[in-house]
Amino acid sequence: MANFYTDNPALKHHLTHPLMEKIVELKERNYADAATYDYAPADFEDAMDSYDKVLEVVGGICGDIVAENAEDVDHEGASCSDGRAHYASATKVNLDATRKAGLMGMAMPRRFGGLNFPVTPYIMAADMVSRADAGFENLWGLQDCAETLYEFADEDQKNRYLPRVCEGETMSMDLTEPDAGSDLQSVMLKATQKEDGSWVLNGVKRFITNGDADIHLVLARSEAGTKDGRGLSMFVYDKRNGGVNVRRIENKMGIKGSPTCELVYKDAPCELVGSRKLGLIKYVMALMNGARLGIAAQSVGISEQAYREALGYAKERQQFGKAIISFPAVYEILAVMKGKLDASRSLLYECARFVDMYKIYEDISKERKLTPEERKEMKYYSKLADAFTPLAKGLSSEFCNQNAYDCIQIHGGSGFMKDYACERIYRDARITSIYEGTTQLQVVAAIRHVFTGTYLSRMEEYKAQAVAAEYEEIKNILSAMTEAYAKAVEKVEAGKETEGYADFMARRLVEMAGFTIMGWLMLGDCQRTPDFKNSLTVFVNWAQAEVARHADFIEKFCPCELAAYKPE
Amino acid sequence: MSFNIIVLAKQVPDTRNVGKDAMKEDGTINRAALPAIFNPEDLNALEQALQIKDRFPGTKVTLLTMGPPRAAEIVREGLYRGADGGIVLSDRAFAGADTLATSYALATAAKKIGDFDIIIGGRQAIDGDTAQVGPQIAEKLGLPQVTYAEEITDIKDGKAIVTRRIECGVETVSCPLPLVVTVNGSAAPCRPRNAKALMKYKRAASLTEVAGDQAKIDYIEARPYLKVQEWNAAYVDADLQQCGLAGSPTKVKGIENVVFTAKDARNVPATDEELEGLIKELIANHTIG
Repeated sequence: MANFYTDNPALKHHLTHPLMEKIVELKERNYADAATYDYAPADFEDAMDSYDKVLEVVGGICGDIVAENAEDVDHEGASCSDGRAHYASATKVNLDATRKAGLMGMAMPRRFGGLNFPVTPYIMAADMVSRADAGFENLWGLQDCAETLYEFADEDQKNRYLPRVCEGETMSMDLTEPDAGSDLQSVMLKATQKEDGSWVLNGVKRFITNGDADIHLVLARSEAGTKDGRGLSMFVYDKRNGGVNVRRIENKMGIKGSPTCELVYKDAPCELVGSRKLGLIKYVMALMNGARLGIAAQSVGISEQAYREALGYAKERQQFGKAIISFPAVYEILAVMKGKLDASRSLLYECARFVDMYKIYEDISKERKLTPEERKEMKYYSKLADAFTPLAKGLSSEFCNQNAYDCIQIHGGSGFMKDYACERIYRDARITSIYEGTTQLQVVAAIRHVFTGTYLSRMEEYKAQAVAAEYEEIKNILSAMTEAYAKAVEKVEAGKETEGYADFMARRLVEMAGFTIMGWLMLGDCQRTPDFKNSLTVFVNWAQAEVARHADFIEKFCPCELAAYKPE
Repeated sequence: MSFNIIVLAKQVPDTRNVGKDAMKEDGTINRAALPAIFNPEDLNALEQALQIKDRFPGTKVTLLTMGPPRAAEIVREGLYRGADGGIVLSDRAFAGADTLATSYALATAAKKIGDFDIIIGGRQAIDGDTAQVGPQIAEKLGLPQVTYAEEITDIKDGKAIVTRRIECGVETVSCPLPLVVTVNGSAAPCRPRNAKALMKYKRAASLTEVAGDQAKIDYIEARPYLKVQEWNAAYVDADLQQCGLAGSPTKVKGIENVVFTAKDARNVPATDEELEGLIKELIANHTIG
């Protein structure tokens, strides 16, 4: 009878963040739905109570069903025959439970059958699902795609597709192709408009997660003869119409429960979503931002699982006459794992709140004109969401890999065997820093905000917040880290004219920004929940050293040395 | 085609997670130390009822539970999972009931509900482990019963097709409606709470539960679907002589605190002498006889 919500007070801590009141009030349009829907909240307390109760349901399903099934799913894996992908049998049990619990379309408006949850509590559910089984998050979490339909599809399409998602039909986003991975501008799947105005798709997609989904969002070339992103449009394909077959599924290292498909489109009927030519430059960008937040949540969930497995083992395993957790070399590893876990979770939910704020305003702006103050606030949070999403995705996926590595290390030789969950965690973690844009690409997205000062000015805002006297010392350390970061940015900026130099330093700068921001966020967490204090101390000690290491490298590095790194 | 189904459910102390203070000095159960839960096999029964509702839209699932007013929690748990309503059968006169008095009270309530096709409950409750209440209700109502059911696979031509778990296998029987079914723990687990139903019914309560809080009473009165019905002995026309302690022939002679001392299994050779020795030993230490 495990419950991944009630056994993890960090979730409730983040759920009760002060900004939530505003988020919920805006999301619920002053609780207008209460008059129409018997499950809509009447006020803020009512809404929070509902989130709390529903997250407890999610926690129960994750603890009792999804986590229990994770090993079987990993062993059985998905399969492919007769042009279709098939889930492992326990995956079907997981899907059935989440459907019956009404956890599909969590963030969709009630008029389409959704729960109208803000992004923040929805991401909490994703956090728990990932802790239970990272591969299952890929199937369940693809309900994210509905958000893109909601934002860009026409009313008729929304009415036809969104209720189906809320009822539990699964989705996929068909973007990548054999020659278009990170570089989506090269997508070749051909969309042809017939004489009657309808569209058909022809070609191949590869590496499509849950590629045999009921409803697909497809990126395809609608403008014949074009070569770049401006010739791509977004389509929705309904499996009920047929025309897309699964040629094969990948034999993967991890997340084996989620079938990764190669799809063949043969005159597959589809519908255009939104306007032509905006497929990549607008819609896929929005889709990817949502998906990246999902991967950040997946990473945090895996980190949680890794930490708990390691902690449990270290308490149980006896060597030299005592539990190994009593040795400094072991408990340091565990403490740093916990620090990284808490830090990445703080960043995740800060980012989720930013996304909530700007997205809700954007949605409201379709109903009425925003006031100048609201417009200003929307822009403010939109920029922060844009800056924090790659940071959260990039850094928490790296942390989750580090934690998975350390989890095995704590298990010693046993961790290398297939007997413990840690080896699955290690394999599942590996993809997080690769898909939805590698860490290297997250750095490309984030570096802009390093040089335009988005991160620095947010750090200054954190710094302006008062802290209890006992935290003054840590605050001073964080202020010094902030200064070291600002100085490093200046130094790199000064050398920008050397080709490749700024890009070469980008990851270091983004990490410095990220680690410092995480420290600030944890300091803020401690003002509300002192339980995080040890974690704050451990993380800031770790982050301080990392920031100093990067600062030192940047300080001592001469752009003239760049040549030594270049391939022959 | 649709049906009216009564699901019998009991709120029980969670005897699966027994701590050291689970029993009082006198050997009776310390209810305060054990969380009150939905009897596990009654959840299996609820799932069977909900599956019938899935298959036959319009089917109405009503929970019936006997217990103190806080047993309304059982009705709420049912509502969260898809039941249509529920009744708490609650009266001081029902207190101290053994299985005979319990089945009498529940049977009178079922008669009061009147129009039902299926009464379904768990095989047994984890606090008493008697498995008697379901069959007794069937007898009192003069209905056929199917026990140890694993799945009600279909209902057609006025008959329920039920798969039973029996020793060494399964048996499929057909039984005319109305009938009483008791469900085995090996049946499909109950579905989770549904998010929308949970948000809709989280304030469902009986009037006893909200007594004294006018705001809550008004809230519930304005939304009849939130009102958990409470029936007492008089309402179901129960003969008080057959209720509660008065109606219970079971008398507890004594309670002994037994501490298991043997840790490992012991192998006894299959010879007449060895078996005779074992039986004598078991009689001597009061394990049997």
